[in-house]
Amino acid sequence: MSLLRRFTEARFWPMLWKEFIQMRRDRLTLGMMTMLPAVQLMLFGYAIQTDVRHLPTVVLDESRSEESRLLAQTLANTDVFRLVGTVADAAGVKEAIESGQAGAALVIPPDYHRRIARGEPATAQIIVDAADPQTSGAALSGAQLAAQARGIEITTARLGGRAPVLPVDLRVRPWYNPAQRSAIFIVPGVIGVLLTITMTLITSTAIVRERERGTLEQLIVTPIDKTSLMLGKLVPFVLVGYVQMTVVMGLGRLIFDIPIRGSLPLLYLLTSAFIVASLGVGLLISTVARSQAQAMQLSFFFMLPNILLSGYIFPRAAMPEPAQWIGALLPLTFFLKILRGILLKGIGFEHLWKEALILVAFSAVLVTISVRRFSKTIE
Amino acid sequence: MTAPQYEGPAVNTVALRKAFGPLVAVDGLDLTIPRGQVFGLLGPNGSGKTTTIRMLCGLMAPTSGHASVVGHDIVAEAELIRKKIGYMSQRYGLYDDLTVDENVRFYGTVYGLHGRARRERIEEHLHELGFTERRDQLAGTLSGGWKQRLALACATAHRPEMLFLDEPTAGVDPAARRRFWETIYELAQKGTTILVTTHYMDEAQRCQRLAFLSRGHLIGVGTPDEITKQFDQPTIEEVFIALQKQDEARV
Repeated sequence: MSLLRRFTEARFWPMLWKEFIQMRRDRLTLGMMTMLPAVQLMLFGYAIQTDVRHLPTVVLDESRSEESRLLAQTLANTDVFRLVGTVADAAGVKEAIESGQAGAALVIPPDYHRRIARGEPATAQIIVDAADPQTSGAALSGAQLAAQARGIEITTARLGGRAPVLPVDLRVRPWYNPAQRSAIFIVPGVIGVLLTITMTLITSTAIVRERERGTLEQLIVTPIDKTSLMLGKLVPFVLVGYVQMTVVMGLGRLIFDIPIRGSLPLLYLLTSAFIVASLGVGLLISTVARSQAQAMQLSFFFMLPNILLSGYIFPRAAMPEPAQWIGALLPLTFFLKILRGILLKGIGFEHLWKEALILVAFSAVLVTISVRRFSKTIE
Repeated sequence: MTAPQYEGPAVNTVALRKAFGPLVAVDGLDLTIPRGQVFGLLGPNGSGKTTTIRMLCGLMAPTSGHASVVGHDIVAEAELIRKKIGYMSQRYGLYDDLTVDENVRFYGTVYGLHGRARRERIEEHLHELGFTERRDQLAGTLSGGWKQRLALACATAHRPEMLFLDEPTAGVDPAARRRFWETIYELAQKGTTILVTTHYMDEAQRCQRLAFLSRGHLIGVGTPDEITKQFDQPTIEEVFIALQKQDEARV
């Protein structure tokens, strides 16, 4: 039999053909697969802003002087704070923060301008609603920035216009994301999360659906071999995954100006290792779940640590060790390094081979276990 | 229909046994089904009918014993058997979101039909089964009787030597059942061996031979007349009820 003939007669093709027709007719899943990239991108690209900006701030100015007004203005110039009004006394500060009108308050004491005039250190206070620690962290650095800026201006004036020489000047140069926008960090991760959803949730429910409807049993009685059966079922979702990835990169570039600094072919190649590992998880879920609802629940259960512990939103370095260990068991953790490494840093395989190797190892283990289990369930 | 090369019985089982842990579903089954017959497998729920069919189709490995289907061993030559049989389960195994035509085409292709032969065969097959006007209808929107007919179409597009039907007419109206049986007879006349399980006694009456299973054991084989004589009952239905009573008495 010629190779071409064997290829066209392979029982894999009817599976593929059928799978694409079903995909086209299942409006809900199709909608989910096409809308999900855009929705996730908007949701995570816009909504997750770990950098606190424009914190509404009220001012309690007891100094009522040129100096105190300059301090408030400098604070507003940092972009961390946004002045929303003035209050008359301490009770006003409390009221503004409790009511949620303000997240911070600048309190300038009556002797502020006199101390500056005498050349003494002047103090002012910033009260922050620090229930959210990220807010207080941002307020802290914003306040320091403002104090430093104001301090240099005052010293310059005292020295007759000559800028003071600071004994130590430690400057931070933020590489790869100079504007420090959260979207730059988050959007590459959206690709990883999307692929995880498609490969685990959508794939496992698709397989469980065949079992529920009795078509899987029907297929096993036919001459189709297990390899064709599984490949025919999984390959369409791999294609969907690559399309989703491409869409997110395209939209990410258009909307959020996400750079693509490294090699795209390398990224697509290394993505395949992640896809295979995730398909292994999806297949595994399909062998455990008895109904589509269960497959969905299990997939969500798997998604949660992926979103929280992989370093998608929160840096792993900041996590307690046990959380880091769990994160190290998730393929997404390593895929995120590859995604950010290639897209943002433009690094090549020489710096990513370790992550790639780990993903290949994940794939080997997961696929071996899940294929063995899957074969058992169809016997 | 090409004549089968193998002239022995369509099914032959020797001491076939299937146990699920402590539960024995089929025990010591010795059964021979001649070629070209419509053979009925009867018995109360849980008597081992479906397990027997599933073993013969290669869906389940027997715990012990031997069986051959169309001349091939069910364990060693399962791949060969799959190409030569058709199977229709209680759940039909149809893709609701594919059309009639697509369902038949899919299963036909999986069974190795392709190219012009496939096109012609599907055309002829859909016409024979009366699907010409419904060929573009989604399987999910068909009525029960038509779904059953489509399942039969999917199981027979590749002209199997042997057809397994597991309660094919459950939940279908009498007119559709009659039409279904007419088609079954046409297939048998063309040489297809048919093994069918059923709970309808009028259907049992239509089979050329019957086998009665009870609690995993074969307790009677023969033509419907022979069965009624063996159990000394006026009808097959009475035999069935008597057996069920025996069963309940034992529990």
